[in-house]
Amino acid sequence: MYAQMIKSEATQEDPEKLAAFQARIDAGEKIEPKDWMPQGYRKTLIRQIGQHAHSEIVGQLPEGNWITRAPTLERKAILLAKVQDEAGHGLYLYCAAETLGVTRDELTEMLLDGRMKYSSIFNYPTLTWADMGAVGWLVDGAAIMNQVPLQRTSFGPYSRAMIRICKEESFHQRQGYDVMMKMAQGTSAQKKMAQDALNRFWYPSLMMFGPSDKESVHSEQSMAWKIKMNTNDELRQKFVDQTVPQAEYLGLTVPDENLKWNEDTGHYDFSQPDWSEFFDVLKGNGPCNQERLAARNSAWDDGKWVRDGLLAHAEKKAARKVAAE
Amino acid sequence: MSSPNAAYPDTPDQAMKPKRHEWPLWEVFIRGQHGMSHRHVGSLHAPDQEMAIKNARDVYTRRNEGVSIWVVEARHIAASSPSDKGPLYEPSESKVYRHPTFFDIPEEVGAM
Repeated sequence: MYAQMIKSEATQEDPEKLAAFQARIDAGEKIEPKDWMPQGYRKTLIRQIGQHAHSEIVGQLPEGNWITRAPTLERKAILLAKVQDEAGHGLYLYCAAETLGVTRDELTEMLLDGRMKYSSIFNYPTLTWADMGAVGWLVDGAAIMNQVPLQRTSFGPYSRAMIRICKEESFHQRQGYDVMMKMAQGTSAQKKMAQDALNRFWYPSLMMFGPSDKESVHSEQSMAWKIKMNTNDELRQKFVDQTVPQAEYLGLTVPDENLKWNEDTGHYDFSQPDWSEFFDVLKGNGPCNQERLAARNSAWDDGKWVRDGLLAHAEKKAARKVAAE
Repeated sequence: MSSPNAAYPDTPDQAMKPKRHEWPLWEVFIRGQHGMSHRHVGSLHAPDQEMAIKNARDVYTRRNEGVSIWVVEARHIAASSPSDKGPLYEPSESKVYRHPTFFDIPEEVGAM
């Protein structure tokens, strides 16, 4: 759910083929790239996997922000490893998307010129070291909620990418919680910093699941195709239920006056985030939207000579080899 | 899928910038620690085979997943097509005697 508000495509194809396709999915079979699939399935997946990949890549920026300022060498090495993982996760996902017939460069260009989105969460700034804790604990925690069920998604390459990612992701959440524990058990200034990070990241984390989709037709189609495994509300509730006791252990307060355990439902009641803020961030008006896209654009432009140079070198070498044979 | 853009019709052709010559796609195979055969783990883009192996090291073996890497350019892989499934595999379906469980061996003969 680094993928938000994914519109699923209507499909107009041979009803018999569609029924056979749906039967394969219902039987738990995996769909592989060369298999027949409805255009809507293909397009929705390109959008969803692409957005997920872009989120992993843009997600490196808020954390990369703290690599040079990590408080110890150990924390720095850990953060570096985590940010490197995010790059890897982006690559697994781009590869999965490419099997659907879109090229890597097309995906990159669509991110860079704003035609494709990435998760709203990465448009928030990371102001203090405690934010590294909050991001790992909450943001990666929320991502895991969505990614674990997606391991069972119907599209083979996506499912396999998710399995790899999930294996690595729990390191991310644990290292974040570890940072939070250290801060929460530290001096009163450190504890205040940890609380402040929780205050700022709580609602944006809840937004990661996207608005309620109970009535959404798109969501229904995606769930039938098993490219969406749970409703946004289900996952959000699960996240809150899991996270509140973790905040209590830290001695931190979740910034929600309405938060309370509901004996009848067996879940926490909680306040919804401000959805107008969410839509505003999606539109490009979050605190860091411009900065994030500008950073990706300049990385792409500044890296052009390296990409071109390596390719020219490879072609020259190949030509020499042919000449020698 | 006729062309990449057919898969993504939201992308107007005229909006596409002139195509950069993309780094080729490589499929990556890794041998795990335990005397296993190389196994397909994923793919990546790289300009040549040396860089493909270096990138594979960074992308697919960050946690000691392997002791050996193979890379092969994706365009060199020949694959069976899903529609061949019937003709390719059906012949073996009728040959149950190829499985040891086809034969009943009396218990007194012992393990076999």
